[in-house]
Amino acid sequence: MPKIILDGNVTDSDFDVQYGSDLEADATNVLLPMKTWLEQADKLKGRNDIGIWLDADGEPEEIADHVNSFAVIGLNFPTFFDGRCLSTANILRRKYGYKGELRAIGDVRRDQLEQMRRCGINAFQLAEGQDADAATSSLTSFTVGYQATVDQPEPLFRRR
Amino acid sequence: MYIYDDYDQKMVEERVAQYRDQTDRFLAGDLTDEEFLHLRLRNGLYIQRLAPMLRIAVPYGLLSVAQLRKLAHVTRHYDRGYAHFTTRQNLQLNWPKLEEVPDILAELASVQMHAIQTSGNCIRNVTSDQYAGVARDEIEDSRPWCELIRQWSTFHPEFNWLPRKFKIAVTGAREDRAAVQVHDIGIRLVEQDGEVGFEVLAGGGLGRTPVVGPVIKPYLEKKHLLTYLEAILRVYNRFGRRDNKFKARIKILVRAMTPEVFAAKVEEEWQSLKDGAATLTDEEIDRVRACFTEPTYESLGDDVPEYKAALNEDFAFKAWVSRNVAAHKKPGYAIATIAFKETGIAPGDVTDEQLEKIADLADKFSFGEVRVTHEQNVTLADVRKSDLYELWQELVRSDMASPNLGLLTDIICCPGGDYCSLANAKSIPVAEAIQRKFDDLDYLHDIGDLDINISGCMNACGHHHVGNIGILGVDKKGEEWYQVSVGGSQYNHTALAQILGPSFAREQVPQVVQNIVDTYLEARQGEEAFIDTFNRIGLKPFKDRVYA
Ligand code: SF4
Repeated sequence: MPKIILDGNVTDSDFDVQYGSDLEADATNVLLPMKTWLEQADKLKGRNDIGIWLDADGEPEEIADHVNSFAVIGLNFPTFFDGRCLSTANILRRKYGYKGELRAIGDVRRDQLEQMRRCGINAFQLAEGQDADAATSSLTSFTVGYQATVDQPEPLFRRR
Repeated sequence: MYIYDDYDQKMVEERVAQYRDQTDRFLAGDLTDEEFLHLRLRNGLYIQRLAPMLRIAVPYGLLSVAQLRKLAHVTRHYDRGYAHFTTRQNLQLNWPKLEEVPDILAELASVQMHAIQTSGNCIRNVTSDQYAGVARDEIEDSRPWCELIRQWSTFHPEFNWLPRKFKIAVTGAREDRAAVQVHDIGIRLVEQDGEVGFEVLAGGGLGRTPVVGPVIKPYLEKKHLLTYLEAILRVYNRFGRRDNKFKARIKILVRAMTPEVFAAKVEEEWQSLKDGAATLTDEEIDRVRACFTEPTYESLGDDVPEYKAALNEDFAFKAWVSRNVAAHKKPGYAIATIAFKETGIAPGDVTDEQLEKIADLADKFSFGEVRVTHEQNVTLADVRKSDLYELWQELVRSDMASPNLGLLTDIICCPGGDYCSLANAKSIPVAEAIQRKFDDLDYLHDIGDLDINISGCMNACGHHHVGNIGILGVDKKGEEWYQVSVGGSQYNHTALAQILGPSFAREQVPQVVQNIVDTYLEARQGEEAFIDTFNRIGLKPFKDRVYA
């Protein structure tokens, strides 16, 4: 069971990430690659013990119809300086109204967490060697931001 | 100018704390070089050939005297007593110590300044017309819109890790002094049916593949500015190329998709944001506009006898006025620009004492504010005509009265190989050699408007593509060579310069410029400017002369 930060607390997750594309017959509590899931959608639809993860170039439009059947969606950051999944998070939350756990996976490091959080990511499976407690504290390195974001849909100018 | 409230101040202070922590962790070995590289870049800190270089943001070029004095202090205390104005209206320190940067940032925060997003693949400092608010040809002051964009783009959580750097320019005037056509996004205030809104261009840029940006939205209502920008950035963040840094700018995406398809994609994304919470409110527009109201101008006549008398009596003053002073929208006032293009000093370089002197002059003559221009000069925007002679005399005493604004020797030049680790070749000595060759002021005035732009490499920080004469440092088997092009122009009729032919050794460059100028002077008809002659006769006569 991987350790993750979920809503600001370090915890163990029931869901692990599967990077390979095969579907094991007894798969459970696992995030499958989006492609694998889509290929087996008929079989997997409605199973809340199976989640999904999108790579940086994964298009959330492909799962638009299924989004709210997932308990967990993972977003993979191939490097910490690749920001594509931040837009994916925005689309999943804002456009599709996804309410479940949205987890950053891959090269997830503490200096990016605060931005991820503001884009709607609420769970973090950190890269190797990252200190979970230090990372948790960095979630709040800024206490105010200008923009309308997923975590604060009213921009500052409507509140100041 | 815009004055921070508690929120704005808190953000820059939290940034100082965050950056201090990142620096400490790096120095303690807890952050790798690569990780720290990306983090420090987002705070304008490069590690250059000789030392770190810190780029300080000057939002749309505006500085108060308190800020100028602080910059003078920082330059003196943390650096070697001089700084450098950039072509992005920013200020660079060339020799700060990495471990002192957090202290510098804390000093800057005390005068509402920072270095946020001045480098790295994120939204950079928004630039604008240096004459905003005072120009006669203005439809509307662009500065409130620049400030709204500045706030929107500062720490935008979704757009901090873009495929490549991203630059936005805004102009509110009829003549485009902000080069909006060669920015990732260019915004023009335009009138339609009696209403003022925005024309939006996307995908322009210089660099390796220069492109004049196409219009993707002919008219956008003002209140939609931020949601529309968000839509553009989201499309770019998702679909811009990341596999090759030379193909990662938005211009490549716009071209690959075609401007029509790109615009349609943005439009589709925008529909989901339009009229949402990020739509600007009248209150917010008014709040920001209130920071850019007119200073308390006196009502003066435009005919100023003592000014006229000085013009008649003092030829040197007249020469300076003819180049460095522009028309102001208010009678009796003028816009005066200090050119930092003294021969022998790197273009844009300014000393701590000069910064203080500028502050004193701004206090005395121009309501306590100045603007940094993208030609690396400094503008005093609100000088009474009756004060111009005194101002000029003070400038003469401080070696800041170069009467060469817009002339051949007002060279735009990047730091190049003397400072920049990306350079193929040096650029500053080339500028100096040209300035030395053209040292006769009467001759320079006769040549008239002629922009020379020099970049030390393809990154084009010196904007060589839009110079009337563009000079680019290239590497030929480890040696420094220079490719020369002719016929570029900025402003309303942005055109990209055409390459003359094979490149030259450094010693040859001044003579090449001389040959180009000679070709122009011989072909010129009447009062024709260099660029007009070029447009009439084309590249060939220049080429024939230079390679004869
Ligand atoms: S153009 Fe090249 S050499 Fe000049 S400052 Fe930019 S990156 Fe450096």
